[in-house]
Amino acid sequence: MHQYVGLIVLFPLIGLLINGLLGWKIKNEKVIGSIGSGAVGLSFALAVAIFIDMLGAAPEQRSHVVELFTWIAAGSFKVSAAYQVDQLSVLMTLVVTGVGFLIHVYSIGYMHGDRSFARFFTYLNLFIFAMLNLVLADNYVLMFLGWEGVGLCSYLLIGFWYQKKFEGVTITWTGDAGNKAFWVNRIGDFAFMLGMFLIFKEFGTLTFNEVMGQADTMAVGNSTVFWITLLLFIGATGKSAQIPLFIWLPDAMAGPTPVSALIHAATMVTAGVYMVARNSALYALAPDTMMVVAIVGAVTAIMAASIGIAQNDIKKVLAYSTVSQLGYMFLALGVGAFTAGIFHVMTHAFFKACLFLGSGSVIHAMHEEQDIRHMGGLKKVMPYTYWTFLISSFAIAGFPPLSGFFSKDEILWKSFADGSPILWFIGAAAALMTAFYMFRMVTLTFEGKPRWADDKHPHESPPSMTIPLIALAALAVVGGFVGVPAVLGGGNAIHQWLHPVFAQAEKTMALPEHHAHTTEYILMAISVAIGVTGWWVGRRMFLKDPNADERIAAKTGFLYRLLARKYFVDEAYDAAVVRPVVKTSDSFLFRFFDVRIIDGIVNGAGALAGWTSRTLRVIQTGVVQNYAALIVVGLVIVLGLIIL
Amino acid sequence: MVPIHYYLILSAVMFITGVVGVLTRRNAIIIFMCIELMLNSVNLTFVAFSAYLGNETGQMFVFFIMAVAAAEAAVGLAIVIALFRNRQTVNINDVNILRW
Repeated sequence: MHQYVGLIVLFPLIGLLINGLLGWKIKNEKVIGSIGSGAVGLSFALAVAIFIDMLGAAPEQRSHVVELFTWIAAGSFKVSAAYQVDQLSVLMTLVVTGVGFLIHVYSIGYMHGDRSFARFFTYLNLFIFAMLNLVLADNYVLMFLGWEGVGLCSYLLIGFWYQKKFEGVTITWTGDAGNKAFWVNRIGDFAFMLGMFLIFKEFGTLTFNEVMGQADTMAVGNSTVFWITLLLFIGATGKSAQIPLFIWLPDAMAGPTPVSALIHAATMVTAGVYMVARNSALYALAPDTMMVVAIVGAVTAIMAASIGIAQNDIKKVLAYSTVSQLGYMFLALGVGAFTAGIFHVMTHAFFKACLFLGSGSVIHAMHEEQDIRHMGGLKKVMPYTYWTFLISSFAIAGFPPLSGFFSKDEILWKSFADGSPILWFIGAAAALMTAFYMFRMVTLTFEGKPRWADDKHPHESPPSMTIPLIALAALAVVGGFVGVPAVLGGGNAIHQWLHPVFAQAEKTMALPEHHAHTTEYILMAISVAIGVTGWWVGRRMFLKDPNADERIAAKTGFLYRLLARKYFVDEAYDAAVVRPVVKTSDSFLFRFFDVRIIDGIVNGAGALAGWTSRTLRVIQTGVVQNYAALIVVGLVIVLGLIIL
Repeated sequence: MVPIHYYLILSAVMFITGVVGVLTRRNAIIIFMCIELMLNSVNLTFVAFSAYLGNETGQMFVFFIMAVAAAEAAVGLAIVIALFRNRQTVNINDVNILRW
C-alpha cells in the first residue's frame, strides 16, 4: 500500500486547485465544503489503509521510501520528491488528516455565510498539503518546503478576516498578527536553513536515512552535531512557539477559530516536535542540545501556563495552554523520551482541537463575544459543546483514564527518571496551573448564572459543528489507551510501534532501564492529585464568585498584572528588538543608506553620463569639414601604425 | 616606358590636393570637385598598376568607380541645388545645424 503515499498528498492539492481556481464560480457552500473536506477525508482513508497494511508487516519491514521524481539535481547534489513512510510519519499523517478532516467538516458550519468561503477552504487544503509534505518528506529540503508552506498558510489564515480589528500589543489589525507570526517564524526558519547547510557540509547529503546512517558511527558530543541540532531546535522554537519565539502564537488567535484549532493547536505547531523526533539520532549525539531542549520546554511550559491563569479571552487561554503543552512535548524530547513527546502530540491534537472547536462554538453562539467574564450559564443552552469541552478539559488536566493523563504522566515520569527532579517539579507545577486555568475557564464559560447582555441569544451549533466535537471528544477519551504504561498493566502500544524509529537514538543515549515501580506509582498519584486539586480549586473559586479574579488581582497586585500582561514579553520585545530595528531601518538604512548611498550611486551614474556628454559634445560642431579632418587624422594614424 | 613611381607620385599629389581642398574650402561645389579629384587620383593609380602588372582587373575597377562617381555627382549636385534653393548659399559653414 505504501507506494500510493503520493496520493495522500495529491488529494488536498486537487481540492485546493478546484476550490482555488473555480471556487468563485461554484459559490455553493455545500459543494465547496464537500470538495475541501472530501479531499482530506480521502487522504485520511488512504492513510488508514497504509497504516493497516503496515500493521500486518513485520516491524523491521514497515519503513519505506517512495520516490516520486527528482526535484533538484545539480552536480552530485540531488534532492528527490520522495516520501518516507514509516511508523512515525504514518502516525503524524493519521493525526494531520484525521483531525484535519474533522476540522474541515466543522468549518462548513462555522464559516457559513462568510464572503470568502472558497478562499478559506483553499487555504485549509493548501495547509494540509504542506503539512503532509512536512511529515512525509524523506529529506530536509522537501521538509523545508512543507515547513515554509505551513508558515505561509498560517500567515494567510491568521489574517483571513483582514478587515477586522484585533487588539494586541502594538497590533491593531488581524493582518498585523499575521505579519508578526510570519516574521517571528522567519527567524526560526533562518536558523533551520543554517542547520540544513551545516548538515550538508558535514554529511554531504540531505536525506534523513543517509544522515542517520552516518550519524550511527559518530561520537557523542561532536561539536558540529551540537550546532546542527541547536540550529534546528531554534527553527523548532519558531514553528512550535517555544521561548524565545513563542510570542506569535497568542496573537495568531486573530484567525478564524477552526484555523486556531487546526494550525495553531493540533498540527502545525507540533511540526517542531516532529522535526526533533525525526532527527532523534542526531539529538542523541548532542547531550548539550538535549539539555537546552528540556530546559526550554520546561520553562515554556510553566511560563505559558502561568500566563494562562490570568487571561480572559477564551482563545487566549487556549493559546497559552497550547504553548504550555508544546513545552511539555519539548521537555519530553529533551530528556530523550521521544515516544512520549510524539504520544503527547497525538493526544494533544485530539483534546486541544476539541477545546478550540468548542470555544469556536461558544464564540459563534455568543455572536463573536470572546471574553469569558461575559459568558456563564452556557451549560444548558449548548449541551453538546459543554460536555465535549468538559471532557477535553479533564483530558488536558490529566484525569485518568483520559488520553491526557497517559501522555502527560509519561512525560513527567520520564523527566523525573531520565532528566532531573527539578524538571519534574516544573512540569508538575505547570500541570497544576493547567488544571486550574482550564476549570476556571470551564466554570466561567458554562456554569453559574448568565452574565451576557440581554440582546444575545446563545444557541447550540449545527450538527456539522457538533459532530466533529463529539468525535474529537471521543478520541480525547480513548486516545490514551494506545500508550498505557507497563506499570498499569498496559502494553504501551505506541511505544512498541515507534520503537524502530527511535531505536538508534535510544541505543546512543543508553538510558538506564527503570525497574523500581514504586516511584512511578507515587509520581502518578501525585499527578492525579495535582489534576484533582486544580479542578477543585478552579471550579470552587469561580463557581462561588465569577469575579474572583478581581479579588485576587487586588490582593496580589503586581504579580497578577505581571501574568495578565504576559510578563510584559511583548513590550520587552517591542523595546529591545522591534523598535531598534524599525529605528535603524528608518534613520540608517532608509534615510542614510538607501537615500544617500544606493540612490546616490544610481543618480551619480546618470550625472556622470550627463557630465561626460556635456564635455564631449563640443567636438560635434556640425561642420562637415571638421569630421572629414578627424577622418583624415584617423586614417593617418592607422596607416602610420600599419607602416611602422 | 614611364616608370611606375611617376604615376604614383602624380596620383599622390592629386589625392592630397583633393584632401586639402575638401578640408579647407568652404564652397560646396569646390569641395565636391575636390572629391572628384581624389577619386580620379585613385583611378590613375589603378590604371598605372594595371598596365605595370599586366592585369586588367584594375581597369575594370576604374569603370566601376567612374559609374559610381557619375551617380554620386548626380546626387551630390542635386543636394547642392536643393541646399541653395533653401538657404540661398552653398557655403558649408552656414550649413551646420546637424549638431548638439
